[in-house]
Amino acid sequence: MRKTFSKYAVPLATASVLALALSACGGSSGGGGGGNNAATQNTDARGPITYVQGKDNSNVVRPLVDKWNAAHPNEQVTFKEQSDQADQQHDDLVQHFQAQDSNYDVVDVDVVWTAEFAAKGWLQPLTGSMAFDTSQMLPATVKTATYNNTLYAAPQTSDGGLLYYRKDLVPTPPKTWADMMSMCSIAKQHNMGCYAGQFAQYEGLTVNASEAINSAGGQIVDSSGKANVNTPEAKTGLSNLVQAYKDGNIPQQAITYQEEQGRQAFEAGQLLFLRNWPYVYNLAKTDGTSVVKDTFGIAPLPGMTDGKPGASSLGGHNVAMSVYSKHKATALDFMKFMTSSETEQFYATQGSLAPVLSSLYSDATLTQKLPYLPTLLTSIQNAVPRPVTPYYPAVTKAVQDNAYAALKGDKSVDQALSDMQSALQAAGAK
Amino acid sequence: MSTEVPARTRAKAAPKSPRQMPGRESADRKLVTQGRWASVLLLPTLILLAVVIIYPVVNAIIMSFQNDAGLSSSGFFVQGGFAGVDNYVHWLAQQCNGVSCPPGTLGSQFWGAMATTFLFTVATVVLETVLGFWMAIIMARSFRGRSVIRAAVLVPWAIPTAVTAKLWFFIFAFQGIANTLFNTHILWTGSEWPARWAIIISDTWKTTPFMALLILAGLQLIPDEVYEAAKVDGASSFQRFTQITLPLVRPALMVAILFRVLDALRMYDLPAIMTQGANNTTTLSILVVDQIRQGFNSAAALSTITFLVIFIVAFIFVRFLGANAVGAATSSGKK
Repeated sequence: MRKTFSKYAVPLATASVLALALSACGGSSGGGGGGNNAATQNTDARGPITYVQGKDNSNVVRPLVDKWNAAHPNEQVTFKEQSDQADQQHDDLVQHFQAQDSNYDVVDVDVVWTAEFAAKGWLQPLTGSMAFDTSQMLPATVKTATYNNTLYAAPQTSDGGLLYYRKDLVPTPPKTWADMMSMCSIAKQHNMGCYAGQFAQYEGLTVNASEAINSAGGQIVDSSGKANVNTPEAKTGLSNLVQAYKDGNIPQQAITYQEEQGRQAFEAGQLLFLRNWPYVYNLAKTDGTSVVKDTFGIAPLPGMTDGKPGASSLGGHNVAMSVYSKHKATALDFMKFMTSSETEQFYATQGSLAPVLSSLYSDATLTQKLPYLPTLLTSIQNAVPRPVTPYYPAVTKAVQDNAYAALKGDKSVDQALSDMQSALQAAGAK
Repeated sequence: MSTEVPARTRAKAAPKSPRQMPGRESADRKLVTQGRWASVLLLPTLILLAVVIIYPVVNAIIMSFQNDAGLSSSGFFVQGGFAGVDNYVHWLAQQCNGVSCPPGTLGSQFWGAMATTFLFTVATVVLETVLGFWMAIIMARSFRGRSVIRAAVLVPWAIPTAVTAKLWFFIFAFQGIANTLFNTHILWTGSEWPARWAIIISDTWKTTPFMALLILAGLQLIPDEVYEAAKVDGASSFQRFTQITLPLVRPALMVAILFRVLDALRMYDLPAIMTQGANNTTTLSILVVDQIRQGFNSAAALSTITFLVIFIVAFIFVRFLGANAVGAATSSGKK
């Protein structure tokens, strides 16, 4: 054995010297620089561009791109389709931005990535000649695209939480959390679970815990990006969830629920109330196994007081322009096209994606096809975006881990919030 | 394996050189030119290895001594600069900005993840070895339908791990088969020990066939005559197992265990899909992947630590295993 070591010492040493030389050439990777020149270049240039988005499952993007290309023969758009996994989409964008790839002109970004990409200096600020009009858009969606008081992306689609309830058992939906808890005796009589959301330890728990905290008037990070979760309001919010779980109003298995498990339980008639996204609506109406087809209703999330509905977290996507794009004038036009009223209608009818233009929520053809739109509008109007911070992965981890520990009773709500505050500060939200 | 062959021939040639005979000189020169040719022919492979293996490893080590990018006052990320051993201290001492990492940060999970990784490794390898041995002994016998059994046993191993993980995720769901079958209400993926057991069971289900086949290969090298002789001498079946089967299958068994230990130490997909690392099922590999999204340089330090841990374990194994293998080879050669 030992002889083989010395035998290989020379080639190994040669190889490592070579490797060192190579890495020296490569330079170090990692965070990009801010205030770069790329943002001021190519702003008037027109020409072919590429649009990058995750897998186009319901065939929404291709018809739109075809339509654009027919009208703009000299400014053709190529559609680059990514995988359908959000993490992979994120990492793919990071790699191409790091390589300063000018072929990723217009990209589709999840609302929670926008701040990170903006802070890396990869997104074109939509100011000056690149200004983008968001006045017709729902304010909460614009907030997800705004970092450091600068707009870096255009809201494209949105999503908000809805309260699904059994209208055969509860004629009028609860307006407040306390109302809903008092209705749990009805669930008990029918031998079913009362309320569930997404409480497994993953992104869904961040959504649900943020909603509980925001609905009670608390916040995760304040407007300047500082952690501010160790407050009496946040305590009220998180305690609501923890107490309900302890009392059994949230059934014990809900701690393993993601969106799908909750939907299945609700469709099987095992839940009185369910917090979920609008996608559940059509499935619960049409699924062969759904026993609640005609007996469920939807309402805005319950709040703390009668007049104010709960504060939903926001889903959805924004469309942004790379600073490395060579044809930014075309890119901007294409972004406007992708967020126009006509396109937004197409998103809704073809892909069941919620529009970001408030006017469309009262459109007769749309509401006929998507009857949940008026309720969703209330939800989004009262929504609070998940923290807009370049450190989002660390922030969501801080929220999930500590909210989960509190739910399970591993630590008190006070302890969980104080740990959450420290973890958020360690994550960079100082 | 192939690397050891020239080493052995050279080792054999060396002691003979003092008493060289005139006729052997040309043969030796031939050996030298051959050696030169060999290095020239090996060069492309070495360069390829340098580019795809050594360069990334060295680059990761260099990155691990850099700070992660931080926000400037204008809200943009700027390069973190040289960090010294800060990233390593961050993980090993679980220090975040000079204080102990609060719960809810990745830094606070390092030693927990280390313990979880080793727990999974020990539990799964022990279970897989015992069950695999048992399956191998059954498959080594001749009976009708043996080849069908051998092929069928491989099915769990042939299924991609991500699919296996999703499969067991559904089995261990609250209203899944596991709870229905045993009429229990266990939160398999929602509490600590059940979650760990769920992962250990899935991994054992998946990898025992691999273990069984490696051991089976070892079993088939044992000549039947040895067993017949033992039978004639009146050895009981238990004695035959402990005195013949175990010692003779040992080299194959150790290699199988080494493979499995190295594999289990970098376990990622099963816990990542079944529990997403919740309930203290975060392994070192999951921690690395989570950290990559928060900062490359700190992740580079963590993966270097993980690499060292696995390297040390492998080294201990190979030393312990290699010494025996060499000993066995030379002693049998002398006889």
